[in-house]
This record gives sequence, C-alpha cells and structure tokens, in this order.
Amino acid sequence: MSRRIRLGVFAVGACAVGTMLVIAFTGLPSFGTQRHPYGDRAVHMSVHKQTTSNVVSSVNFDQRATDTLGEEFILFTAVVGTLVLLRELREEDERDESQEKRQIAARGLPSTALVSYVMLGVTTLVGLYVVAHGHLSPGGGFQGGVVLATAIHLLYVGGGYAAIRRARPVPVYEILEALGAGGFVVLGLAGTLLTGDLLANVLPMGRLGDILSGGDVELLNLLVGVEVASAFIVVLSRFLEQYAVVGARRPTTR
Amino acid sequence: MRILLFCCAGWLLLIGCYGMVTSRNIIHTVISLVVCQSSTYLILLGIGYRSGATAPVYSDTTPSKVVDPVVQALCLTDIVVSATIIALFLALALQTHKRHGTIDPDELTALRG
Repeated sequence: MSRRIRLGVFAVGACAVGTMLVIAFTGLPSFGTQRHPYGDRAVHMSVHKQTTSNVVSSVNFDQRATDTLGEEFILFTAVVGTLVLLRELREEDERDESQEKRQIAARGLPSTALVSYVMLGVTTLVGLYVVAHGHLSPGGGFQGGVVLATAIHLLYVGGGYAAIRRARPVPVYEILEALGAGGFVVLGLAGTLLTGDLLANVLPMGRLGDILSGGDVELLNLLVGVEVASAFIVVLSRFLEQYAVVGARRPTTR
Repeated sequence: MRILLFCCAGWLLLIGCYGMVTSRNIIHTVISLVVCQSSTYLILLGIGYRSGATAPVYSDTTPSKVVDPVVQALCLTDIVVSATIIALFLALALQTHKRHGTIDPDELTALRG
C-alpha cells in the first residue's frame, strides 16, 4: 500500500473515530462532578472497613485484588516474552570478546560516578519507603519497585557495565520475580482456604494510619514490589547485554 | 475545562495513530503507541475528577472531598501494562534490526525463514 493511500485510509478512520469520540464525550458526566457513586463506596469501604488510608491501594490490592493478580501476570508474561526474544541466538554464539572487554572497561566521569553512588543510597531508601508505605501514603509495590530497579541501574551510570554486572546476579532476580508472582497467588489461595474467597484478607486489619494496618494490602504490595523490581532488572539486563556484548556486531543477514 | 481535557485526550489518540501510520522507524511506532495510550490516562483521571477535591489518601489528614480512587487504580494498571508492552515491542524491534538490518516498517515486506 502506498503512503498516500495509507494516509487516505487513516484520514477516513480518524474522522470516524473523532466523531464517535465527540458523541461519547458529550454523554459523559460533567467534568468535576460531585457525584461519584463508585468512588464514594470505595472510599467508605477502604477507610471504615479495611483500615487502608491510601484508598487507591485498597482498590488495587483489596477490593479489586483479583484484577491486580491478572495485571501481575500480564507483567510476568511480558517479561518472559522479552527474555525469549532477547535470548542469544545460535549464530551469536561467538561473542565479540574485544567489544565486551571495551564495554566492561568503559567508565563515566568521576563526578558522574560520585553523584550516582550518592544517589544510589538515597534512591534505594526512597524505593523501600514507597513500597513499605503503600497502604498509607501515595505509592506502593508497582511504583516503589520501579524506583528500586532504577537505583541499581545508577551503578551502570556511575561504574559502567562492569559494576552493574558484578552487583546484579541476574539468576537471583529471575527467581525473586517468580517468587513475587507466586507469593501473590499463595496469599490469594490462603484467603480462599481461610475464608472461602480468593484474596480475602487473612491478616488482622489494625488501626487506620498504623504501619501494621490494612490486612493483606501491605504484604501484597511487598510481593509486587519484589516482582516489579526484579522484572525491570532482568529485562534491562538483557537489553544491556544485547548492547554491550552482541549489539556491536553488524547484522549478518541481508 | 471539560472541552479542553477531552479534546486533548482525543487529539493524543489521533496524533498517536497518525504517528503509527506514517512511521519510518519501529521505535518511533512504539513511542506513537505510548502517546495513544496516554490519552486513556487523561480520560480516566478526567472522569474521576471532583471539583475542589484532593487525593484519596487519609494518612495524615482527613480530607472532606476526595477524587474518585477507582479510576486512579485503573490508571495505575494502565501504566503498568504500557511499560511492559514497551519492553516487549522494543525487544521485537531489536530482533527485527538484527535479522533484517532495518527498522523501517516499509522495508519489512518479505517474510523470511
């Protein structure tokens, strides 16, 4: 299909979609409306029944925890897919040793390294805080996990490929990722065994605002935090490997 | 305000699609898809907004009015899915480049064993 025809088809489709969007938007409740029936009920459930002061966490890890279970496995499957795609192909068996050595020897500026190492501690602390307070304040396992994965990659900025390869045993994180995903299921099944409902709270609810409150929400957050951090580390390790070890070779086919 | 928000969301969706249709580079295609997806964040958060309300968090204060937490949770799901999809597509782009030596979608016409 030539680009001109393709643009024409797109223009027709875009007009149709645009018209439908306008019709749909005019039927929506007005912006800033005071009437949020689902939101009000979710807030009431969270604050009065589930003692989770971060209502968004309560929705994600308690009221709609089954959806989050599915979401977690979307993440898990995508990571497995990425790993399969980025595995070393047969013809890449002979690695470019000199390129690998060069990458390992490459370092940033000393000032960059200093800032990275200082920020490594700060970022790790922030990540742990965000995961550990997921039920109390904005944040949680998904957000904190990404922050933690970022922290480890500051090592790459500061110390190059050698530093991050030393500090990050990838098989360990592969196991941790599986444990995070599996732990979510185990905790969910524990709810089934004890109360009859999947992902029902099995831990005590505590008092609103306490660090030990909200039933399962915080434990689930920790598991998700472990999974997300490991997933990002594992995926980025494959991309870095492709860049550092395989990437320098010119494509052979074609 | 409402018009502005929803126009912006619709524009993001369509401009992202335009980017995908005219793309000359698979990485550019992936970024266009992300732009498309951003429109859903805007719509979700826009639907959940309540005038004069604050974040649905009751840790230090007890706000009298909070925005809808359900759509915020949906938005989080949306962002997580978006991030994983980007990783998957970029891995695909990398392998495409390795096998075919190009990442221009127009040049990727023939099947190859």
